[in-house]
This record gives sequence, C-alpha cells and structure tokens, in this order.
Amino acid sequence: MSATAPSIHAAAAANLADDRAGDRAGDRAGEVVIGVSGLHKRYDELEAVRGIDLKVRRGEIFAFLGPNGAGKTTTVEILEGFRGRSAGQVSVLGVDPAHADRHWRDRVGVVLQESQPEPGLRVRECLQLYAGYYTHPRQPEETIALVGLRPQAEVPTERLSGGQRRRLDVALALIGDPELLFLDEPTTGFDPSARRAAWQVVAGLRTLGKTVLLTTHYMDEAEHLADRIAVIAAGRIVAQGTPQTLGGRDRLPATISFTLPTGVTPQALPADLQARAERDGDRLVLTSQHPLVHVRRLADWALARGLDLPDLDVRRPSLEDVYLHLTRGN
Amino acid sequence: MLLLYRLYQRLRQRRSSAPATRAPAPARAEAPAAGRTVRALGLVAHQARFELLGFVRNRQARFFTVALPVIFLVVFVGVFGNDTAGPEHVKASTYYVPGLSALAIIAACFVNLVISVTTQRELGILKRRRATPVPAWVLIAGRTLSAMVVGLAVMTVLLAIGRFAYGVHLPGSTIPGVLLTAVVGSVAFCCLGYALCTAISSADSAQPMLQAVMLPLYFISGVFIPSVGLPDWLQQVARVFPVQHLADGLHHALDSAASGSGIVWSDLGILALWAAVGLAVALRRFTWTPAAAAA
Repeated sequence: MSATAPSIHAAAAANLADDRAGDRAGDRAGEVVIGVSGLHKRYDELEAVRGIDLKVRRGEIFAFLGPNGAGKTTTVEILEGFRGRSAGQVSVLGVDPAHADRHWRDRVGVVLQESQPEPGLRVRECLQLYAGYYTHPRQPEETIALVGLRPQAEVPTERLSGGQRRRLDVALALIGDPELLFLDEPTTGFDPSARRAAWQVVAGLRTLGKTVLLTTHYMDEAEHLADRIAVIAAGRIVAQGTPQTLGGRDRLPATISFTLPTGVTPQALPADLQARAERDGDRLVLTSQHPLVHVRRLADWALARGLDLPDLDVRRPSLEDVYLHLTRGN
Repeated sequence: MLLLYRLYQRLRQRRSSAPATRAPAPARAEAPAAGRTVRALGLVAHQARFELLGFVRNRQARFFTVALPVIFLVVFVGVFGNDTAGPEHVKASTYYVPGLSALAIIAACFVNLVISVTTQRELGILKRRRATPVPAWVLIAGRTLSAMVVGLAVMTVLLAIGRFAYGVHLPGSTIPGVLLTAVVGSVAFCCLGYALCTAISSADSAQPMLQAVMLPLYFISGVFIPSVGLPDWLQQVARVFPVQHLADGLHHALDSAASGSGIVWSDLGILALWAAVGLAVALRRFTWTPAAAAA
C-alpha cells in the first residue's frame, strides 16, 4: 500500500498521490467498501464536515485520526446511517447508508462512541440477545473468546471494568459476523494495559479479514493498528497515507541532537553543521535530510577534539510530530 | 402467550441445531411471507425474554412493580379490615384486589417501562440495538410483551392472595372480561409509556415526573379507595384519564355480583382511545438516540 513518493510536501498533493497509490493497490486488494466524495455536514451555523473524500478497501484497517471536534464521529455516524448529510456522495457496501435496510445492517457491525452494556444481563446473555438479531450470527462462545472475555462470560455486565465493557461492545458488534466494522474511539479513557488488550482484539480482526474503520485521537493507536490513516482537522482531511508515509513523514528531515559539552559553544561547530543547528536549552538540535552524512561530520569533529557526546540522539519524525504539525491551529 | 413461547422455543432449537456454516443466505425475498412472520414473532419473544431477565434482576423494579402492590393489599386489609364497604356492601378485599391489579398493570406497563426505556436510551443501548438488523417494531413489541407478562403475573398473584387469604369471590364467568380488560389496559399503558418517553430527556427525571403524575391519579381513580366518596368534579377529572377506566373495568369484571362476561365496553373504548393517542405520539416523536448526542 505504500506510495512511491514523489518529492512533494504540500499535504493536499501528498493526499492526492496516496489516493492514486491506493487505487493501484486496490486492483489487488479488492473492491471499495466505503466510498465518500465531497461529504458535507452542516448543523445550523456550524459546518462540522467540509468536503471529505475517502476510500476504504476490503480487508483494510483504516484509521480516522483527529482531535476532538474535528468531525470524526459526525462522519462515521453518517457512514453508519445514523445521521443525514448536507451534501456529497456516500456508499458503504454498495449502499447509501441514508437508505440502510436490515440486509445492510446484517453486514455491518457498529461500536458506538458511548454505549453501556445491557443492565441486568451477563456477558454471555448479552451476546445471545444480539445473536438473535442477525441472520447468520457467530457462536457467542467463540465471539466471547475472540475479545478475551471468556473468564467473564458469566459476570453481570455491571461488574465489568471499563476495558472489559468496551471489549463486550466489540463482541456485540462482531456477533453478526459483519464484513465491515465501525469502531468509534474504541480505547478513549483506557489505562495502558486495557488499551494494549483492546489493540490485540482489533489486530485480531485483521486475521478474520474484516474491513475496519476506526476513529481515534491517539496517534500511537492509529500507527499501531491501521494500514492507512486519514488525518481530519476542522472537518477536512488534511493528510492521508500509511503510518510510514503520512503527511510526507518518510520525506521529512531527521533530527540529530546532543548536549553541548561544557565550554563548547555552537560556533565551534563546522560551518555546514552550524547552519542546521538550533539551540534547545542545553541541547543543540540539527535538522538533516541526510542524517548519516551529518552524524559522521559531527563524529569526526567531536573525536578530533576528544569530545564525547554521550546523549547523542538521531530521530526520525514520529507520527505524533507529523500529526501535531498537520493539525496545528485547528 | 404460551403458544408464542412454544413457537419461540422451536425456532431457537432449529437455529442452534443448524450446522454452523456461514454460507450466504438464500435471498430473503424468496422466504415465504409466513416464515418471515413466524421468525419476527419468535424475535419478539426472544427480546421479551431478555427484557424479563433484566427486569427480574433489577431490585428496584422488582420492589416497585411486584412487591408494592402485594404489600399494599396486605396492609390495606390489615389497616382497614376486611369488612364490607361501598354502596354495594362488598368485602373490602374484593375492592382492593382489582384496584391494586390496576396499580400492578400500570406499574409494569407504564412506570417501569418509562424508567427502563429512558435509561436504556440514555446509556446508548437503544441506539446500539438500532445498529443491528432488528426491526424497531420488534424491540417495542418485545418490551411491551415483557411488561404485559409482568403486569398479568402480579395481577394473578393478587387474585390468588385475595381468593385464598381473604376469601374474595372470583366469578368464573367473567374471566374473559378480566383478561381482556387487563390486556387492553396493558397495551394502552405501554403505548402511553412510549409516548411519555418522548417528553423525558433523562432517566433521572423519569421517576419524579411519573410519581407526580400518577399518585394523584391513583387516589382519584379508585385504585386505592372507592371514588364514589369523592366530589363530583374530581370524579369528572378522573374520568378523562385512563387510570380510572382500567380500575373501573377491573372492578366490574371482578365484581362478585357480576354476571355475563364482565366487559365494560365504554372503559375499554376509552382505554383504546388513549392507546391510539399514545401510539400516535410515540410513532411521531420517539427517538432511539441519547438526548445529548442529538445536539
């Protein structure tokens, strides 16, 4: 799925390039499961979604990444058939979700951003209840095991932890054996171990061949789980790509940083290194498109003077750096 | 009811014994209409079964819906005695049993339904159910059926206590009248319950709102005390509302002096009218999503 990157930096252009790469990959990976073009949603004064285009292909785990209030949930609820739209084309499993019928719902699983378990029921009973709604449900036992709740199968839902409740939500969305699964902020408010457990469940969906659209405001979650990511800010998609290429991440400069040894000033550095240096407190940060060359220049300079740079750090931009850059000002 | 349950059991067996393959279904358009109806009715029973399970495990619901009418019966007879009362000189317990049966039906089909449905809506449970292929009417019918089962069961308990503990005479000929009145009343109050859910935004405000509306109505509608002693204008007010007609219908059907079927058609008619009004409001305004998320 990775785009052969042309040397362009503008987010919009990168977006376009990736879309083309996606089309090529799509010939192999299969049909478009979710197709959106020119989607707008207006609430009175507020325009929550301002022209979104995206494609999700069969078997993909697609992350919709953005800060709170960026329009993620609005978009997903339109795709789920819970909300109308102001303008644009939407097709999910070949159907306009605004006219979703029971046959369509039979093929789609939904984990809402906020929903509590059925009061008074045990985990297994919840799954039995929901299994009755579908034409070809999975086995409740197997689905409980899939989300790692087997030890809790007989536990009343009121006694589940937050993470366990969310996994029950996922199990309820899976019980109908859907082709497509929507996960709206599946781990918001989780502690780290609960998040890891939830990630395992989502990663397990890949082996089942499910197509997954998940929303999140955690970069690491998108990076860990998704084949492709779309970053949404203020109702627009500002970048789209794989976790490696998103926002031109693979082409952004690396940073080389170290603490200046006592008595050494930045002016002591060779001129070409000085030109890329910026002070950050005690540290000096060099920005470089060719980190190997510049690390070597730096090493030669330091060794010749008998200097050690014990905290030398060479770093690629993280997805977080890219994300913060993309969503800045929104 | 029993028939429906049998049907449901058979359907369940059929489903669980089917091979666990995931072969694509034959197009459902080919399924005969009768088969689809049977499946839908089975699904109503399925829904009702789990709603009942949730009800039985809810202590508050159990107390207000099951225990309270029974406690009232025992306390009323204990406090006021079981002497004859009213202009027709019937045993006091003969009066309390139908009145409290009306209370039980209203508690199950109206009060408990409104509280549980608004709670489920607030917790996102109704929305999640609507994300599945289950038809909306199945969810509503299933919840209504579970409320009717509870209401009729508590009424049966009250009748049994009245008959065996207090010697209330139960006329056999009016059993159709008792059942019909109870069923029509149940349906009417379920419809009104769903209608009221459209006016209540949060589960917290459901309980006080319900008590504020229902307590005065219970007192002027002959649920606790005979309404013949009330001022005329108050009786006129009570006659507008459905509580009085359910209580009156059950009083007549359980009147030891009654003969024939014991059906009071005017009461049933007014209950049906209220049912229609409730249904119309619910159909137009009932929402499945939490109020906060609608913004």
